[in-house]
Amino acid sequence: MIEIDHLTKAFGSIKAVDDVSFKVAKGEVLGFLGPNGAGKSTTMKMITGFLPPSGGTATVAGFDVQRKPIEVKKRVGYLPEGVPLWPDMTPRAFFEFIARVRGFAGEEAARHIDAAVKKTQLADVLDQPIETLSKGFKRRVGLAQALLHDPEVLILDEPTDGLDPNQKHEVRELIRDMAGEKAIVISTHILEEVEAVCSRAIIIAHGKIVADDTPAALAARSDRHNGVTLATDAAATVRPALEALPDVAAVVDAPGGALFARARDGKSIISQVSAALREIDAEIDQISVERGRLDEVFRQITNTPSSHA
Amino acid sequence: MHNVITIFRREMSSYFATPVAYVFIVIYLVLTGLLTFHIGNILDRNQADLTAFFTFHPWLYLFLIPALSMRLWAEERRTGTIELSMTLPISQGQAVVGKFLAAWCFTGIALALTFPVWLTINYLGEPDNGAILAGYVGSWLLAGSFLAIGSFISALTKNQVIAFVVAAAICFVLVAMGSTIFLDFLNEWFGSGVVEFFRSLSVVIHFTEISKGVVDIRDIVYFGSLIVLFLFLNVIAIDRLKAS
Repeated sequence: MIEIDHLTKAFGSIKAVDDVSFKVAKGEVLGFLGPNGAGKSTTMKMITGFLPPSGGTATVAGFDVQRKPIEVKKRVGYLPEGVPLWPDMTPRAFFEFIARVRGFAGEEAARHIDAAVKKTQLADVLDQPIETLSKGFKRRVGLAQALLHDPEVLILDEPTDGLDPNQKHEVRELIRDMAGEKAIVISTHILEEVEAVCSRAIIIAHGKIVADDTPAALAARSDRHNGVTLATDAAATVRPALEALPDVAAVVDAPGGALFARARDGKSIISQVSAALREIDAEIDQISVERGRLDEVFRQITNTPSSHA
Repeated sequence: MHNVITIFRREMSSYFATPVAYVFIVIYLVLTGLLTFHIGNILDRNQADLTAFFTFHPWLYLFLIPALSMRLWAEERRTGTIELSMTLPISQGQAVVGKFLAAWCFTGIALALTFPVWLTINYLGEPDNGAILAGYVGSWLLAGSFLAIGSFISALTKNQVIAFVVAAAICFVLVAMGSTIFLDFLNEWFGSGVVEFFRSLSVVIHFTEISKGVVDIRDIVYFGSLIVLFLFLNVIAIDRLKAS
């Protein structure tokens, strides 16, 4: 549905986006991750036809955004970074405007507006000027605007930024519900969001793609992957027993007086660990296997290697 | 066309959703009234026409129109809503024309609200109402030309104050080129050929011709070209600068 081919954007001598290529199919939710200034928003602005690329192409539903911008814009719902909205309009007037621009009139327009308002739970504030709304409501107005024409492609730049935990949860539910019949790209800083809604994650740093994988596979790149955390009073006897195991790389102190056994090369060590514990008959209060932390992998990949402890 | 109308309606309702419309109309009417009756002394001239009314329009529009046009694009660029507009399935030309037409119709409304002046002169005498209608058409074309210039300037900056000052300066030059002081100066130094050239570029000369009741196609073409030229530049400016 979306095809990005060697897309590049240079601002003067700085390459904000540097030779980025990827595809997003229908049914996929792509999480776009990266530090601030990595090029996430710039890439989105090029896909939606706001910024012209310096090189490469962006294609949506078979239409090149440079050659057929209107065809692309008809098929895309876009929530821009920072949710720019006309402050003096009410959400109702704003949605009526968007519906007309999207080519709906009368009954059909009302139906689309109702559906978008229901999905984003905006019914109570429809007649208040947008400038008087809270940050969370503004974001939902922007989201409703993007959903209004039920587009094939959704590009959402930080859709949950500024929302409270309940609202975040609702927006994620909404994205998951729509995932089946659309191609969705979301950018975010929140890594748990990627694990919650994305079927795939791309990490971008300094304008280049540095990782493209499922969230689970990315988490597995963590050096904590398959490690075992255990809480015990008998740390003195448990520690040497674990250190003796062939697939345990190291045993370190974890918060709360617990121990953490790091797996060698991410191998599964839980059966070895439990066998060893049975052998020394140690009293264990709690034991858990780590899946790996996405935020750690994120730091690992986007930082220079030297800064990774 | 559908998109132009959609933009037009959004813009028009935004004038009346904020105090902009009411403040503009009130100031415009008060100023035209003052200029016409106190400085133009329309009642003491003992002539049943609106010359004293129309004479001041170029000078009035000089700063009132840039005040209206300064926000057209500068505000969208500053608040970022231009990103929303330009990622909707609307072409840049449609957006520029829609915004311009809304502003132009708005000035038309303000102009139409000066009808008491027309009623007064009809009550007192028997004016040539055809000439008066021509004067209104000329005034509206003049407002349109200044708006097109202002809209273009507004697209070049995020700062509304800059948009206002620069647009007012350009309008001033276009008005001043037809002033007697300037033309006499030119005549002294460069001769009548140069004078004719500048005269033909000045809005005042063309406006005065129309408001005498002589609707010459050349005057219409002059204002039409000004509007088309600056709206065209406006589209290019949006295309180049929208994201910077």
